[in-house]
Amino acid sequence: MKIVLPVDDKNMETDVCISFGRTPYFLIFDTESKESTFLANHAANSQGGAGIKAAQAIVDQKVDALLAPRCGKNAAEVISAAEIKMYKTMNNSIMDNINAFNDGKLALLEDIHAGFHGVGGR
Amino acid sequence: MKIAVLSGKGGTGKTLISVNLAAAAKDAIYIDCDVEEPNGYLFFKPVDVISKQVSIKIPFVSENLCSGCRECVEFCKFNALAYINNKLVVFDEVCHSCGGCVLFCPEKALQEKRKVIGEIQKGISEDVTIITGILNTGEASGVPIIKNLLHDSSLPLKSFTFIDCPPGSACIVMESIQDADYCILVAEPTVFGVHNLDMVYELVKLFDKPHGVVLNKCLEGKNPAERFSIERDIKVLGKIPFDNQLGMLNTNALIAARKDEKYKAFFVSLLDTVVKEVLQHATAINP
Repeated sequence: MKIVLPVDDKNMETDVCISFGRTPYFLIFDTESKESTFLANHAANSQGGAGIKAAQAIVDQKVDALLAPRCGKNAAEVISAAEIKMYKTMNNSIMDNINAFNDGKLALLEDIHAGFHGVGGR
Repeated sequence: MKIAVLSGKGGTGKTLISVNLAAAAKDAIYIDCDVEEPNGYLFFKPVDVISKQVSIKIPFVSENLCSGCRECVEFCKFNALAYINNKLVVFDEVCHSCGGCVLFCPEKALQEKRKVIGEIQKGISEDVTIITGILNTGEASGVPIIKNLLHDSSLPLKSFTFIDCPPGSACIVMESIQDADYCILVAEPTVFGVHNLDMVYELVKLFDKPHGVVLNKCLEGKNPAERFSIERDIKVLGKIPFDNQLGMLNTNALIAARKDEKYKAFFVSLLDTVVKEVLQHATAINP
């Protein structure tokens, strides 16, 4: 199963990023092979609609689940249209969350926020 | 002569000043650009009101024609389009109605449809023409309404146009002041008031607009906004006292410049000061 997390840097020791749409990187983790890939988020500097563009990139990677602290409404619409499940991260640690996900201990992400429009300087 | 009235936050007195200046000027147009919560009409109580809907253009896709090439998705700078599960999804609220996706679509699968986002109301109150922009609740941007308000060719020719701006210094305010000959910044006598004044001061400098400040709600003692204005050499056009009588008139939605001789004289004199400033600036540019 392929899962994705927004992360602050390109290593496994970094933190889970608080933002989905404007996270600098995404970590794509294969739960079977334990292989990890870091993907630069080209949506991070968008004038607007960063969540939509970031979600499109994630969908194109054909992942099965997203683990994130929160998610905006437009991004969530794209992700759920692609039938990717969203889970709420429990802390900042990448491995804690991956392990909790594997153990079935992460709750579904349900508090979808209205977005922080203009944060990127639109 | 187009005069915009702006401030860094709501409740500083933009409407008080623009409504009263328009009433004092008589031969004037008052345009309420605070489209999220217009309230100038509450004071003017315009009659013979005509409404006109304002709509924007949003793309829609004919799915049978779409080949999934994603030209439109790649083109959109605002990321208003996504291609998911072999289907194009349009995010209306994010779309800026540029029409680029429609032009770029090689399959001609995209067309534009109209979406009503609000309306404009036109009426009269004595000698003043009252124009009010209203954005429907839940719509993302009032900019298209303001464009319509300010570029309405059916407006009568009057000596003065007063533009009551939305609060803050974002896109919607930039749109409102774009064609103004002069900007009046309204400020409260607090440290917070200085912060808000600084925001709009930065904006008018960026737009290279001649400007001055009106200090509202003035009390005895220190006025940080006045100090800020003096330090930056911003012309203080007038000072309005924190006055119970003015507060009562305003609370009852009455126009002080029409109801009270003292305030009538004050706003006529403020208008005079503004006009002199505008003319002085105009001659400085074109001697």
